[in-house]
This record gives sequence, structure tokens and C-alpha cells, in this order.
Amino acid sequence: MAETPDGPEPGELPQARVVEKRRGGLPLVWIVPLVALLIGAWLAWRSISETGPAFVITFKTAEGIEAGKTKIKYKSVDVGLVESIELSRDRSKVLIHARMEKYAADYLVEDSRFWVVRPRIIGASIQGLDTLLSGSFIGMDVGSSKTERRDFSGLAEQPVVTADDPGRHFILKSDALGSIGLGSPVYFRRFPVGEVESYQLDKDGQGVMTRVFIKAPYDQYVNAETRFWEASGIDLKLNASGVSLDTESLASILVGGIAFQTRGDAKLANPAAENAEFRLFKNRETALSYEDVVAMPFAFSFKESLRGLSIGAPVDFRGIVVGEVTDIQPQFANDAIYMVAFAKVYPDRTATRQVGESARLKHGWTREQAFDELVKIGMRAQVRTGNLLTGQLYIALDVFKGAKPAKIDWDEKPPRFPTIQGSLTGVEENIATITKKLAAVPFEEIGEDLRRSLGELEQTLKSMDRLVKNLDQETRPEVSETLADLRKSLDSVERTLSQEAPLQQDLRGALREISRAAASMRTLTDYLEQHPESLIRGKPEEK
Amino acid sequence: MSAPTAVGRGLLACSVCELVMRAPSGATQAICPRCGARIHSRKPHSLARTWALLISAAVLYLPANIEPVMITTSIFGAQRDTILSGVAYLWTSGSWPLAVLVFFASISVPLLKLLALAFLATSVQRRSTRRPLARTRLYRILEFIGRWSMLDVFVVMVLVALVNLQALANVQAARGVLWFGCVVVLTMLASMSFDPRLIWDAAGENDGRDARRT
Ligand SMILES: [Zn+2]
Repeated sequence: MAETPDGPEPGELPQARVVEKRRGGLPLVWIVPLVALLIGAWLAWRSISETGPAFVITFKTAEGIEAGKTKIKYKSVDVGLVESIELSRDRSKVLIHARMEKYAADYLVEDSRFWVVRPRIIGASIQGLDTLLSGSFIGMDVGSSKTERRDFSGLAEQPVVTADDPGRHFILKSDALGSIGLGSPVYFRRFPVGEVESYQLDKDGQGVMTRVFIKAPYDQYVNAETRFWEASGIDLKLNASGVSLDTESLASILVGGIAFQTRGDAKLANPAAENAEFRLFKNRETALSYEDVVAMPFAFSFKESLRGLSIGAPVDFRGIVVGEVTDIQPQFANDAIYMVAFAKVYPDRTATRQVGESARLKHGWTREQAFDELVKIGMRAQVRTGNLLTGQLYIALDVFKGAKPAKIDWDEKPPRFPTIQGSLTGVEENIATITKKLAAVPFEEIGEDLRRSLGELEQTLKSMDRLVKNLDQETRPEVSETLADLRKSLDSVERTLSQEAPLQQDLRGALREISRAAASMRTLTDYLEQHPESLIRGKPEEK
Repeated sequence: MSAPTAVGRGLLACSVCELVMRAPSGATQAICPRCGARIHSRKPHSLARTWALLISAAVLYLPANIEPVMITTSIFGAQRDTILSGVAYLWTSGSWPLAVLVFFASISVPLLKLLALAFLATSVQRRSTRRPLARTRLYRILEFIGRWSMLDVFVVMVLVALVNLQALANVQAARGVLWFGCVVVLTMLASMSFDPRLIWDAAGENDGRDARRT
């Protein structure tokens, strides 16, 4: 500040007024850092108290995972963040260091699961589409355990079912993996009720274990009597019962699936336990056939051709399939060729359908004794045509009244079941019986009787002729004579026509025979009218 | 040998009506005889205020840089950005001049300001006599660049106002920007509270009388 020469002298300047100085203590401004410190402390406390636990997830690869970016989501809610990624010491795995949000700290329990969500097609739906834009994230499923855990091994695949879905898991065992995949639907009466959760080879490599999840409340329909089968794609079958096409749903054609059904009365059985094991059958038919604990091999030898009887053809007892043909061989015995069909018969298939104890158990018979009893009352095996169009044959077991007595020799291996000629030959037999009956009708005698009657009639007519001639020749004068002759003739006629006359008797007999024959023919035609098929199939045996 | 100064001559100037007057003697509060305003030859409690505001700014500087300043929500997911992560993003995405500018304006400047003001206040307190001219120049530079610190706050505000496409993209200001604004304002206040005349007083360039009387 330079002194100005023409400025006023300090002495001319006004004097400042003076007031008593306020004696302040600490300046108010120190409140500001105090507040700042409070804010800082509060933020620090918040960030420390809000920091959740750190944990490690092991994955095969860190594909799509970024440190500081990739989130951990549970039900699409962010519950954590990946903090860093490093390789394990042996470089075989990737260690993902992540931190959970404070409130989600107790989600880290023994059976919690982690997986990387990427877009994929699972079952009949597409999942994780949002990750196309936002990048992968780590999905999480919170377990139900109470034990805490900090190191997890990540799943290679996203699980189909999360822990909080109510329902039950079941294990299905099969020889090979059918056309099913993760997320394939499980149907119950064509109603989707669950999904295939995972599948893996048995430890010994002898089969495949498929884990399915059945949602509540449908899981109550699974009990000890439940049968599972592969409902994959279209099942087209040509067999003794014709052509059958079977499919569960359009989706199952595309992605495969599993169906189940409960045999018998579902109410009787308790629902199956979690992780109960079941067999996975190839198809519905085998699944629903009864468990064949006891299989009895039998040999059925037939005289006729077995063309149309294939291996696997059913052995049928009045509509119930009780067995199947396992082999067909020709055999020579007593200078004749027999066609022998070997079959397995499952005797309990008839027994278990009955309510309560079977007749066999009531009598205390063994299975062999039961068969002996059945054979005694006429049970025989017969080859029958299952289907006229396809010409498929099956072996029918049935009771034939009047069959020749037979016995099963149980020492034979396999025992030979008595057979009866097939139904096609039966038709011929029937026709032969009819012809035999017809042949038995005494047509000759009837004819002779008739001829005799006619001869007598002729004689009568001749004498009448003679009478007329006599009347012509010996006219009126001999009227009285003629009248006497007439009386004679009439007497003769009277004699002829009387009850005891031989003519009368013969005629009656003949007519009786004819009416009997006619009745027999009528019965045959009536029967054929009602059962025309019997011309081909033969007459069913009397019950 | 000292330069002639108002204080040295026992003069005071009214900061309201510009009246020059003779200072009263003793520890009393001077009042302008013309307009009645309270008159101080130096800013009252300058150092104490500067220190208080500096400490506050330094305390808030930490959360301002740790907490996110901006939350970007888009169909690609939500993202929380701190000032430093924003700079890193700009740098990796290739716009490094912008990255340098933001880093300079938002991180270095507040920090330098804090350090420089602390240095000036310390030097005055220790009655340093070294290079008062250089220190005064440093103070001028601080005053000038201080206003640039608000750049980041303005960027966030503009983005919040502009990017509001609801579901597609949405930018929200996060708490960090509040702390950051506080830091900037507090450092500005601190530099305003600092009286550069104290540099010269402390250097002993001003004569005789107690320069630090308030
Ligand atoms: Zn004034």
C-alpha cells in the first residue's frame, strides 16, 4: 500500500467507534468438523455392520464371471457380489471369492447350491434369456440346513428344482437312459406334475439313475404300487391287438418325458418316501403289468402249424395275459412232428387281481397242485387267432369240457401243458360232427317206408280203377253187385286207413324222422346266423 | 524495515462503506462511525475456521470417493459407479483426455486444495517467513481452480436429468455425490476463511503491531 501524497493525514481521519469485545469461547465453526466426523463414523459403522460374510465357490471355469461385477442372485434378487477370481493351486479349478449381503448371511448353509446362469433350453422352456444382455450371474438356492458353510462347490448345471419347491424326489432306475433330458416333464394322467432333475450312471455302470421331482400335491399319488415308464415320443405298436399309437403330449414328443400311474387302488397304499427308488419301465404296458415274482416255464406242443405265433406272443387266460412265448421249436416224437412253443407263465397275475386271498391259497395248494386241479377240470392250451387282419396267434388257456383227460408231468423240464387242437381245426371238427349227425339220419328207411306206403296207395287206386271198369262193363243190372263190391272196397280202404294199418304207421314214422332232421338243420343255421365267425373260429366251448 | 500497510499505520477500512478510519487501541471491537458495521483488520478466527472446515472436508473426502456417486440402471443390469470407477471406465473406453480431466477436477483438485490449505495454515501458524510471495500465489491458484471441483457433481446432475428412459436406462444420483459436494463446498469455504494477509503478517513483513489481532 503506497502512501498517497495528496491524501488526508491520518490525524484527519475519523476515529473508529468502539464497543466491548464479545468474549467468545470456542468458535461455532468447530461444529462443522464434529458433524463431519459423526457422518464419517456413521458411514464407517454402517459399511462394517452391513458387510456380509465372505465365502468361496469352486467352479470348473469362470466363464462369464467378472470380479466386482457378477452378482449372486436368489430368486432374481441380488444377495451377493463376486469380489475376486483366482485359480486353485493345482490349476484345475477356479475359486470365486464372493461376499454375501449382510441380511443374506444365513443363506450360506450346508446344502445351499450355486451355479452359473447362462441362457439355455431346459425341458420345453428357455431359461436365463436375460443373461444374454446383462451377462451371466451366479444363481443360488438356499438350503434348509442350519449348519453354516463358507466354501461351496458350484454345480455344473442349473438345478431344475429349487429347495423350497414343495414336493418329493424319487429315484428311477433303468437299464439305459431313454430319450429324456434335464427338465423333461413327468406326467400323471397326461397332466404335467414334475420334472426330471438329474440323471447319472450307477456307480458300477450297470444302469442309469434318474432323479425326478414330483410337485406337491401330486407327490401323494406316488406309492409303492406306482409304476413309472418312459413316455418319450410316439409309441407305435403292431401286435396281436392291432395297431396302437401312444403318446403323452406334444411336448413329450419333442423333449421326452416320464409318466407314472398307480396300479390298483391308490388309497390302500401309503405315499412313497422321499428318494424312494422305482424301476423305470420302457413303456406303459410293461410298467402296468403285474410284478412277475413267480414265472413258471411250460412247453406247449401243437400238431398244427404255428405260423403267426411270434416270440413274445401272449399266453392268455380269458383276456388276462398270464405269460409270454419265449421260444418255438419243432420236435419229433412218435413218428410225428410237433411244434413246441415254450412260454413263461406268471400264475400270480390272475391271483393278485382278486380281492383277498386267491382260491389257491384258500385250499392250501401249491402252484403245481393248482395247475393240476385246473387241468383236471379241463384246462387246455389252444392256439387262437388274435387278429384276423394280422394273422397273429396267441396261446389261450381255457377250460374245455369233455377234453380228453390229461396230466402235467412236473418232472419234465419244462413241464408239458396239455393242449387241444386249435380253433381253426375246431371248425372242421364241428362240420364233421354235423355231417356225422346228418349221416345218422335214416334217410334210406324213410325212403323205403315211403315207397311201401306209395305201393299200397297204388294198389288201392288200381282196385278203384278196376271197380270203375267193372261199373262200366257190368252196367245197371249189376248195380247191386257193384254196390256190394263197393262196400267190399270201402271195407278194404277202411282197413287200410285204420290206426293199426301198416301204411299209417310207416308214414308217421317217416314224417317224424324228417321233422327231426329239419330241426337239427335249423339249429345249425340259427347258430351260424348268430355266430357267423364260428365258421372260421369254431364253436366256443361250453362254459 | 517494513512496508507501509494499513495495519502498520494504525488504519482500518470499513468493508461495507469503504470509510477509512483510525484504529482504536486495545483489544476492543471497532465499529464504523459512518455505517455502524463491525470492522476487522483481518478475517476473524481465520485460522480456526480454516482448520475446522479443512478437517470436515478431509473427513468427508473418504466416503465421497468410496461410496458410489451414480447408479445406472439399464437392461444390461444395474451399475454403481464411484468417481474413481468412472475415471477408470473413461480411461479403458479410450476417452483418456476426459478421464484425465475428470481425475484432475474431481480427485486431484480437492485433494491438492486440502493439502495446500493445510500447508498455508500451518505455515502461518508456525509464523514462517519463507517466500510469502510464492505462498500468496499458491493461494490465488487455489481460489481459481477450486470452482472446477464441482465438475463431477454437475456431470452427475446432468446425467440424472437427461437419462431417464424408465425401463431402458435410468441414472440415479447416489449418496456419494452428496459427500463429494460437501467436500467441494467445505474446501471452498475453507479457502475463503483463510486470510492471505496473515501470510505477510506472519512473515514479519508488516510492521510492529500485533498483526494477528482480530
Ligand atoms: Zn462503514
